[in-house]
Amino acid sequence: MTVVRISDDAAALACGANAVVAAFVAAGCTVERVSSWGMHWLEPLAEIDGQGFGPLTPGDVAAVLAGASDKAIGKIAEHPFITRQQRFTFARAGKTRPLSLDDYAATGGWAGLKRARELGPEATIAEVTTSGLRGRGGAGFPAGIKWTTVARAAGPVKYIVCNADEGDSATFADRMVMEGDPFMLIEGMAIAGHAVGAGKGYIYVRSEYPHAIAKLNAAIALAVPHIAPFEVEVRVGAGAYVCGEETSLLNSLEGKRGEVRAKPPLPALEGLFGKPTVVNNVLTLAAVPWILAHGGQAYADVGFGRSRGTMPIQLAGNVKHGGLFEVGFGITLGELVNEIGGGTASGRPVRAVQVGGPLGAYHPPADFHLPFDYEAFAAADGLIGHAGLTVFDETADMSAQARFAMSFCAAESCGKCTPCRIGSTRGVELIDRIRARTGRAADKVEALPQMHNARKGPRTLGDEIELLEDLCETMKFGSLCALGGFTPYPVLSALKHWPEDFGMPSPTQEAAE
Amino acid sequence: MTDHDELDGILAAHAGREGALLPILHDVQAAFGHVSESAIRHIAHALNLTRAEVHGVVSFYHDFREEPEDRPVLKLCRAESCQARGVEALVAALPDNPRVAVETVYCLGLCSVGPAAMVGHEVHGRLDAARLGALVESLA
Repeated sequence: MTVVRISDDAAALACGANAVVAAFVAAGCTVERVSSWGMHWLEPLAEIDGQGFGPLTPGDVAAVLAGASDKAIGKIAEHPFITRQQRFTFARAGKTRPLSLDDYAATGGWAGLKRARELGPEATIAEVTTSGLRGRGGAGFPAGIKWTTVARAAGPVKYIVCNADEGDSATFADRMVMEGDPFMLIEGMAIAGHAVGAGKGYIYVRSEYPHAIAKLNAAIALAVPHIAPFEVEVRVGAGAYVCGEETSLLNSLEGKRGEVRAKPPLPALEGLFGKPTVVNNVLTLAAVPWILAHGGQAYADVGFGRSRGTMPIQLAGNVKHGGLFEVGFGITLGELVNEIGGGTASGRPVRAVQVGGPLGAYHPPADFHLPFDYEAFAAADGLIGHAGLTVFDETADMSAQARFAMSFCAAESCGKCTPCRIGSTRGVELIDRIRARTGRAADKVEALPQMHNARKGPRTLGDEIELLEDLCETMKFGSLCALGGFTPYPVLSALKHWPEDFGMPSPTQEAAE
Repeated sequence: MTDHDELDGILAAHAGREGALLPILHDVQAAFGHVSESAIRHIAHALNLTRAEVHGVVSFYHDFREEPEDRPVLKLCRAESCQARGVEALVAALPDNPRVAVETVYCLGLCSVGPAAMVGHEVHGRLDAARLGALVESLA
């Protein structure tokens, strides 16, 4: 009987995988539901004896089984999109059934936890430090240092908190780990617990990921004998983007409003319920089993500058070949967008690429030489964040994207600090006026004689743009967390690279004049 | 079984749990479709919190409703990646159907196969105007 392997990842389901599965079953095939290879433009992708077929509809099934399908892509493992990758975290992607303990153990599962237990806590942390692993949530803080701080903190009760509140647009690597390889995340948390002396771990998952929540709960129940006495529990968010910020997440886990806390105290010392807490992103914890199993040095041997190891990069938006591409740091933005992503899905030229989610900068094609590296992007007034890339074609209106960044911040602000809460709303109003190209006269209050410092004359477009830059400066340096602090990145980058969308002369026009 | 008994059952199921308020509110919303003023009062009493504290939490999170929504809900992603794939044009062309609640959500993690939407736990990708329109019609 023919065995067909089709993913049950949410991206495959969204593209109609279940209907294709039903068609294969009706044709007498046995279907195995596996994780996704990450080639999302080919979903639903079926694998028969290593050969791939996609994107399939139920109507294609007869031709596939007859060996006459025009959707054949050859051997999946030899597809250029796969062979160009270095898959550490996603080594099992496409190959194993997510909830099969047998598949997991047969592909090296639990080897990292076993080695950590043999090494003992201190040597386990030393391996993570050697690996150079940095927080994959966006801030890029060295994981080994965070773990050391928690390990040295006093107190019998400590926690491991996995930040799975993956709210950034263009990111889905966390979701793919949770849905495709949940045991790896659980193993990573158990290793962290062993290393720092924590007995309990929480995975805080956003409510928009029901499939990930179901997989994790099932996997945790199966994994209990492997990770005991360490315990893991899933907690579900409630639709607040700001809860991806670690202190806000901790408040939410405690059952409070997800308001940001001022730091210090660091969560490593006073975190969940005031106890020392490791808060790491899904991808950080998921990288740990590989590091322990293969040694920290093997991980550190890959990478670029101070960014060591691999990064699961997510290609999204208007891109021809969207999906997950894990590779060592150092690959350039242009290679990612043009060679691997294949340019835009619409076929029009690329206008902008937003790197790092809603708080990341928009980069023009002139930035395509940038190597994927925390420091290189910071030097170019950007950030790599959670390594999501949203590609926009030439139809994108960059002042509209800047306005969206401000309105998103206004909608999702926790309200604790003023630059973010008020600044974002004022930013929307300001960009609306800039887009309308009206400028404005002094308003009634400004015109009052007692308002000595207020400007009495009308504001030109140039004045308004200066005001926007000033507002961004205030938000950047005055906000408590990255939501208010990083919203200026998309706004200012749009203004800098596409001034013509804001009614200002474009750099090329200026040069021509 | 009255609503109060059911609420007490939910509270009992979470008794002794660390930071139980969010899991309780999720269960209450799943059971009743919303978190009512009287439920807030009851939960506050059971957890030894003020009504203001519980109300503060309910109103903070986008997921919790204080009023019931009887219509089927379609959550349409309108974040950047779906914008890049043309979701705003779909929104503009979406016929107004009073029997379906179309809500905005920021990111379903389907950014490579957008525009995307979710109904209950069912996900839909690669939407175009025709497919989104048919989806809305199928719910009405």
